[in-house]
Amino acid sequence: MTTPSILKGRIWVWPDDVNTDIIIPFRFKARTNDPVEMAKYAMYGFDPEFYKKVKAGDLFVAGKNFGGGSSREQAPVAIKYSNVAAVIAESFARIFYRNCFAIGLPALEVPGISRQVKQFDEIEVNLQDWSVRTRNGIVHPALKVPEFLRGLMREGGLVEFYKHHHSFPWETLETKAITR
Amino acid sequence: MRQGILNDDSLTFAEKIISIRADGAESIHRPGDITVLPVDLAMAQDSTGPLAIKVFGEMGVPRVWDPSKIHLVIDHSFPAPDEKVANLHHLMREFVKKYGVRLVEGSISHQHLLENHVVPGMVLFGADSHTCQAGAVGAFATGIGSSEMAAVWASGKLWVKVPESIKVNLTGQFKKGVFARDIVSHFIGTVGEDGGNYRSIEWKGPAVKDLSIASRACISNNSMECGCKLSIFEVDPTTQEYFRSVNRKSMYEIHAGSKASYKDEYDIDIGKIVPEVAEPGNVDKVKEVGEVEGTPIDQAFIGSSTNGRYEDLGVAAKILKGHKVKTGTRCVITPASKGIFEQAIKNGLAEIFLQSGAIFTNATCGACVGTHLGVLGENEVCISSSPRNYIGRMGAITSKIYLSSPATAAASAIEGKIADPRRYL
Repeated sequence: MTTPSILKGRIWVWPDDVNTDIIIPFRFKARTNDPVEMAKYAMYGFDPEFYKKVKAGDLFVAGKNFGGGSSREQAPVAIKYSNVAAVIAESFARIFYRNCFAIGLPALEVPGISRQVKQFDEIEVNLQDWSVRTRNGIVHPALKVPEFLRGLMREGGLVEFYKHHHSFPWETLETKAITR
Repeated sequence: MRQGILNDDSLTFAEKIISIRADGAESIHRPGDITVLPVDLAMAQDSTGPLAIKVFGEMGVPRVWDPSKIHLVIDHSFPAPDEKVANLHHLMREFVKKYGVRLVEGSISHQHLLENHVVPGMVLFGADSHTCQAGAVGAFATGIGSSEMAAVWASGKLWVKVPESIKVNLTGQFKKGVFARDIVSHFIGTVGEDGGNYRSIEWKGPAVKDLSIASRACISNNSMECGCKLSIFEVDPTTQEYFRSVNRKSMYEIHAGSKASYKDEYDIDIGKIVPEVAEPGNVDKVKEVGEVEGTPIDQAFIGSSTNGRYEDLGVAAKILKGHKVKTGTRCVITPASKGIFEQAIKNGLAEIFLQSGAIFTNATCGACVGTHLGVLGENEVCISSSPRNYIGRMGAITSKIYLSSPATAAASAIEGKIADPRRYL
């Protein structure tokens, strides 16, 4: 399934340093392999009832270091299967960010974004331009990511990519290394 | 070329190991470059492995790239505390039977790999954030998620971005009651919980020679709490002696060049560090023990991949010997591996724990992740030698976790409130 290039939705605003224990506690995520079940515990650390309140197409806007802590891919999976269409943050923790691309959840790093929005604003994410348009009409470019990762995200993550190409996106990479 | 890179004075550890190990041509790689590394060892555990198995199945890959290099470790919830976990463990054992990969049960992955498989210069990816522990012996070791792990199982390779590096210069000597955990807590308190995000940390300086392999493993492991990609102690005589004793050979002994360039440099005088405690909610809310002393606790936990090694249990035993755990307080002690468990029984540590009224469990991640053997109820307070104090990490979202060294946790168990370990040493 290919991700649409324009995503419009209302936003949930989260603070700095939202870690993966908040996004989905271990004792729930380590007891199921079903993404729909995982979604019932999304953002449990902040609000155990979050899954009842989120609507399909909602977006996340967070402060710095979103997704810190454990490597648990169940964290972006729980967000994706809550039908949240994309996560925008001032910055992401390293493993969480990789996991978003690996599962095809759009993740855009936009410095300063959390000061430009408030809870339930409508915003627009443009995956073609890799930018975010806030309610005041201002377009905020996201930090650039390599094309092979954007392609991976567009194709829906590693499972979809592999099924289609029988290879992984980095297998065709030319490294930028400088030969001396 | 390879020798040229090894001798290059301008490269950090990360730049050097990636340049040497990168797939294809050996050439100089600088921060920001993206390349592909062949994998020497791939590990997934019982809370990331089942999802990787599912993803691997969905990809439709017919076989794994090299079963001898793939380790599945059942450690987080071992033995299974309930039916749901048991079913996921079963899925792992079936995968092991089908593909012939390695299975480990009942030791924490990072400790098991350090004791049995890791060597300097290897490339290790683990579906667990604390995989960076293996940097303690000069390996490239970092955490990834389940889908990327499935891709490694299929292809034996993974992309990496060359990180910028941070240098930490350690000087001075430990004061009484201060341990490796206090150094790394102090560092995290200084840089903040994303202060090492995407970066490689190099631990250097004259005080490194005084750190045992276990202490280095604690520091490399816990460095994850500032988000790092790698946390490195270069090979030195202590490392070489360790690998002689376990009869394993290095792949590469890599040393950063003296003219390497670092994003940030920090100096830490160990002699100025006191027992440190992180307050609930964030790992970087680090205080001196005196600032939180007297806070009542319901539980003390000594264990985890960060601080469940034999030297940690030894310090706890030294403090608990001749004392009783305060009535109404639970003290849970969980070793990091089966070998440590056995040694603790053989050398009389287990007896000291039991006589003090502590609970001595099998090796597992256990209470650290709130899965079994010490889960916290509503509003309960725990002091813990584990790595994280996040909301709901060890149980109820209203429970509170203070982080400390095993010594501070043991002293607190005796008093039923946060206590300064220096009084007991």
